Amino acid sequence: MDVEILSRIQFAFTIAFHYIYPPLSIGIGLIMVVFESIYIRTKKKEYEVLAKFWTKIFAITFGVGVVTGIVMEFEFGTNWATYSRYVGDIFGSALAAEGIFAFAIESSALGVLLFGWNRVKPWVHLVATLAVFLGSMFSAVWIVIANSWQQTPAGYHIVGEGMRARAEIVDFWAMVFNPSSVDRLTHVWLGAFLSGTFLILSVHAYYILKGRYVVLSKKAFKITLIVATISSLAQLFTGHQSAEGVSENQPAKLAALEGHFDAKAPADLYLFGWVDKENQEVTGLKVPGGLSFMIHQDFSTPITGLNAFPEEDRPSQVNAVFQFYHIMVAIGMFLIALSLFAVWRWKRGKLFDKKWLLWTFVFTALLPQIANQFGWFAAEMGRQPWVVYGLLRTSDALSKSVQANQVLFSLILFFIVYFILFLLFVYLMNKKIQSGPESEIDFDSTSLNKEISNVISK
Amino acid sequence: METFLGLDYPTWWFLVVGGLFSGYAILDGFDFGAGAWHMFFRKNSSRETALKAIDPTWHGNEVWLVIGGGTLFAGFPVFYGTLFSAMYTPFILFLLCIIFRGISIKFRNMEDMSWWRKMWDWSYSISSIMLAFLLGVVLGNILNGMPLDNNYEYTGRGFFEFLNPFSVLVGVTSLALFMMHGAIYLLLKTEGKLYDRIQSFLKWGMVFFIMSYLITTVYGLTFLEHLSQVFKDNKALFIVPLLVFLSIANVPRLASKKQYGWAFIFTSLTIALLLVLVAFELYPRLLLSSGVEKHSITIYNAAASTKTLKIMMGFVAVGGPLVLLYSYFVYRTFWGKVKLDSDESY
Repeated sequence: MDVEILSRIQFAFTIAFHYIYPPLSIGIGLIMVVFESIYIRTKKKEYEVLAKFWTKIFAITFGVGVVTGIVMEFEFGTNWATYSRYVGDIFGSALAAEGIFAFAIESSALGVLLFGWNRVKPWVHLVATLAVFLGSMFSAVWIVIANSWQQTPAGYHIVGEGMRARAEIVDFWAMVFNPSSVDRLTHVWLGAFLSGTFLILSVHAYYILKGRYVVLSKKAFKITLIVATISSLAQLFTGHQSAEGVSENQPAKLAALEGHFDAKAPADLYLFGWVDKENQEVTGLKVPGGLSFMIHQDFSTPITGLNAFPEEDRPSQVNAVFQFYHIMVAIGMFLIALSLFAVWRWKRGKLFDKKWLLWTFVFTALLPQIANQFGWFAAEMGRQPWVVYGLLRTSDALSKSVQANQVLFSLILFFIVYFILFLLFVYLMNKKIQSGPESEIDFDSTSLNKEISNVISK
Repeated sequence: METFLGLDYPTWWFLVVGGLFSGYAILDGFDFGAGAWHMFFRKNSSRETALKAIDPTWHGNEVWLVIGGGTLFAGFPVFYGTLFSAMYTPFILFLLCIIFRGISIKFRNMEDMSWWRKMWDWSYSISSIMLAFLLGVVLGNILNGMPLDNNYEYTGRGFFEFLNPFSVLVGVTSLALFMMHGAIYLLLKTEGKLYDRIQSFLKWGMVFFIMSYLITTVYGLTFLEHLSQVFKDNKALFIVPLLVFLSIANVPRLASKKQYGWAFIFTSLTIALLLVLVAFELYPRLLLSSGVEKHSITIYNAAASTKTLKIMMGFVAVGGPLVLLYSYFVYRTFWGKVKLDSDESY
């Protein structure tokens, strides 16, 4: 294998692995802020217990997120040196801003969040929790801006030629608010809320099923369900906005997402399907003209197809892009249906009656993760063969001085280390969840304990 | 070229990046140093105390690495690309050690089994040692110069080219420096028997550092003439090596009087002054071409556009004081000696 494919595998692997954790941290962070705020307002001990319990889980996800995040910053230089020179002016400044304005807040406040319960006043602790949460939200802002600029470059001009060509900022705010930044950011934020909230729903559904911390878990479940429902509904809206943006700014990507080949024809919307790239056919269940309708509110308006682009300028893995995109959409729809159904049962006072519903929530925790990953894959593979859309090809972005054996060596090391890391993560998460919220807190004299035992004995 | 207060923007950015990396070396330096001593503690409680001394703050310290990397990337993209691709192997090892060290600290106390704790203790200590060493190795290579072509691309080959006598010497020196610095930090955070034991560590640390620093200096003066050129050209600059010498000499003096707070300030100052020395040896270059002189990467041919540098000066002007403020708040919250019996674990 050559340096290009190895470097691409390495980057895809390290970023996909990293992208499990920050969304979890953002989502859990949001709910921690909610629990802790309720505690400060009501002084009810159970919300403190919940906040502390989720802080422990948060600490694990945040820790893995940080250590795997530094990797990407380095990889831009180690594996993609030409890219780094090309976009340093823009991508680099967004990355620097992330460090200065976001990561610094999160990491400093984290010490207080984890170790400060008895050292600072409760409201100061809440401020620290809020700072960690907002810091992680701001991290997403700058990272998504940097990535969005690669997708839809704006506010720059190109200086120099050949090896020394590079993009320089002309208009900073045009760079920041490039055509896809806002749509993609809201989509990423909500994806993060979903991954965090559905994990919390999963864990508390599990406790209810096992008859542990039942009263506590029911309260936590309801609060989290509200956030999850709002997020999943809002995600539908941002998803739609993103698709419209893609059709405007990256027509080749949109064509790949839906497997649309005809250069000028109305496009169908597939619920699922299989793309045969050779024969330019998609087999599956479709809404004829559905994509045209979604983008132009008219079933017959043509959508630019892949054939409108020269072969070397289109994504090569059309079927993969199609599948990743469709699975993401399907999961989004499922999350909406599930959360609305749960809210409906709650209104009828039967939220916790059905075991199968709780079990569904237990396993649903994995789905937002899959949707986040696959959405990301679709976005990045759909952009190929460009690393900076229309400006710099992925094959030109490499480090010229790095050799295949070096990348192979690092790739193997990353595989091994991340495999160990993942096992440890799962093991420790499981351990924290099994040992439960009470383990380190004395609950003997509280009424909550009696309440719980009453419920269980019933 | 446009200037601000009499200095051009690339020079300003050279100072900013230099300042951030000095901050990083001082802060992560003490926790790398503490980690390097870790396996010298025999008892589990000593190890726990030593770990707890850095636990609330090491995260914040690594922020400086992330910011330093980001500002280097944005400010000198040409240098960033060349340095990181040329130093591929040491940087990848650095990353793996950063990961292992981070998870060792996080995971060590999550299980009670002694093999579990021992495993993470080793992993924490070895990765701390490696990190301190690798930082020095990369610095050694920068000072040594590298083969570059007319597009400022690295033309060296070979897996282990980053290991040469000078880079290894600088690596050992930085490890020694951080061990001395880390021992003093631990003295500030501990008491009792452990405190007495670390005092004897510090003596060894100081000897180790002074020896390796002398050897590296003699080697550098003998074989790397370009490093001393700037001081020969401008005699007034001899003040810098003189200050380095005084600052180093002050550490054993303060340590013998047990004024460890001051000693910590002077090891920090030593780190900063050594980097000032490096800055003078390099400026206005960032990376010396070991072949054709005009292929060297300088702050001018590596710099981002003036507009970007101006924007980022704004970032630093706003964000820098904020970072210092949060750091101050966190350090103040966790001020004082470490207590093991409190219930602050998570």
